[in-house]
Amino acid sequence: MVEIRWHSRAGQGAVTGAKGLGDVVSTTGKEVQAFALYGSAKRGAAMRAYNRIDDKKIINHEKFMLPDYVLVIDPALAFTDNITENDKPSTCYIITTHLSKEELIKGIPALSGKEDRVFVVDCMQISLDTIGRVVPNAPMLGAFIKVSGMFELDYFLESMKRVLSKFPQKIIDSNMDAISRAYNEVK
Amino acid sequence: MAEKYEIKETEVWDGNYAISQALRQAQVDVVAAYPITPSTPIVENYGNYVANGYIDGEFVMVESEHAAMSGCVGAAAAGGRVATATSSQGFALMVEVLYQASGMRLPIVLTVANRALASPLNVRGDHSDMYLGRDSGWIQLDAFNAEEAYDMTLCAFRIGEHLNVRLPVMVHQDGFLTSHTAQNIHPLSDEEAYRFVGDYKCVDEMLDFTRPVTYGAQTEEDWHFEHKAKQHKALMDSRAIIDEVFAEYGKLTGRTYNRVENYLMEDAEVAIVALGSSVETCRLAAEELRAEGIKAGVVAPRCFRPFPFDAIREALKDVKAIACLDRSSPGGAMGALFNEVSAALYSTQARPMVTNFIYGLGGRDFAVKEAKRIFMEQKAHVDAGHITTSIQQFSGLRGPKLGFFETKRS
Repeated sequence: MVEIRWHSRAGQGAVTGAKGLGDVVSTTGKEVQAFALYGSAKRGAAMRAYNRIDDKKIINHEKFMLPDYVLVIDPALAFTDNITENDKPSTCYIITTHLSKEELIKGIPALSGKEDRVFVVDCMQISLDTIGRVVPNAPMLGAFIKVSGMFELDYFLESMKRVLSKFPQKIIDSNMDAISRAYNEVK
Repeated sequence: MAEKYEIKETEVWDGNYAISQALRQAQVDVVAAYPITPSTPIVENYGNYVANGYIDGEFVMVESEHAAMSGCVGAAAAGGRVATATSSQGFALMVEVLYQASGMRLPIVLTVANRALASPLNVRGDHSDMYLGRDSGWIQLDAFNAEEAYDMTLCAFRIGEHLNVRLPVMVHQDGFLTSHTAQNIHPLSDEEAYRFVGDYKCVDEMLDFTRPVTYGAQTEEDWHFEHKAKQHKALMDSRAIIDEVFAEYGKLTGRTYNRVENYLMEDAEVAIVALGSSVETCRLAAEELRAEGIKAGVVAPRCFRPFPFDAIREALKDVKAIACLDRSSPGGAMGALFNEVSAALYSTQARPMVTNFIYGLGGRDFAVKEAKRIFMEQKAHVDAGHITTSIQQFSGLRGPKLGFFETKRS
């Protein structure tokens, strides 16, 4: 079982990102679960989304998890949300930030000692450059598949094109650019 | 003619999306709806299919849930296949018309994303609305995950519209926990799904002007009782039809359902009885405890109404201690599931120990660890030979421990 926790603000696309990831993973024959905790949350409110991935049918419906990956798609939430909650010695962090990894960890004491498991990528800038507005979910997916090694980039891009097939070509292309750039830039 | 909607063999859908697809595949004639969280996407997706030409039926936007169900009653009496969706406060506002629909024997399908009832206002999942509907004369089917929400919706049309049943059917799923949780789903093709549901068979339709009929007539003490008794009998007798429809659906999909779903119950010593997505969480807990040598099992009513009195008694008669989990505030009584399961067990030889847990209100998380703790508490009752705790307890509640009623009966 692989468990993923997304830290996001309502409107940044964590739910869409989690569902899109689930969609792609399901094409490999794996069982997936994607869910989120929101409801009356207004745009900008801190929220969390979750993925579970397993070889057998997922019947666990608790929201409690010990995440293998923590994906933070809002730069400020890395500082204000408890992103290391219920982590384990192998939990990997992918955080969107314009800071260097060293600068970021200096600002978040909970991440010290976990340097080799912290990865940074500027999803905000990447989505501004490629999609033209701040939608950090697509680049985070690119960074995630690089860090996790779960898919080859080309396979993931082809699958994402299918997931996005109902959108205009321009939107599909810019999302592919965003995913590719984050894949190459995450460190 | 509706446009063809492309669906894959495996989709990743949440419960709401799955239900909206089932409604599309059933070729519903009229949906009258007033959206409310967390069932909004069912109505939203359906409206989207209508706008994009995937549906031939009518979509009626109304000013409230009372009007939504009233619109459904009118359309069903006119002779159409009818469905809608709601939750919580919307469900509460529908209640008056729910009784009208069942009394008029109109096979409407109402999909409910279960949610807490205010006050305090809360949008998250518990079973307050499902429990509010339990005396309304509707068949109530309960889905434990998104795929089951799809399956139950297709089965609901077949069951409700069966000429020996002719009753409205609710399909329940847990708000957010199922309605907004995407998982692998294996939908039927449009052709298979519609072949299973079948053409709608009109009974006393008002649009047949050659044979005028009246719906919603007044009966006082002369006939009201006979009507209600007949309605109750139809609900009780629907058990055989439900079994039949589930068996046929099983043949078609490989997914076989039962009015009561038993898991690891063959030799179980302790059991949890629950509804909704918690059933699966409890199954996981039972599996883990089995590995530790604890004979744990899970019993879950798939069919909340008609209550499977017979099948519950059969499933639990040899178990020693049972915890009944109610996800609805019982308002000064024991939980409804506790009461009904206890009543079913009273006429067994062994009369097992039964306790009640109120849990998960307003979406409070229910974890595998807590399910295991509840199982182990049942084990402690078995070892002690009597109930060692209060008969009614609260699971996952903050603050001082709360419990009611004690007994030393072995």
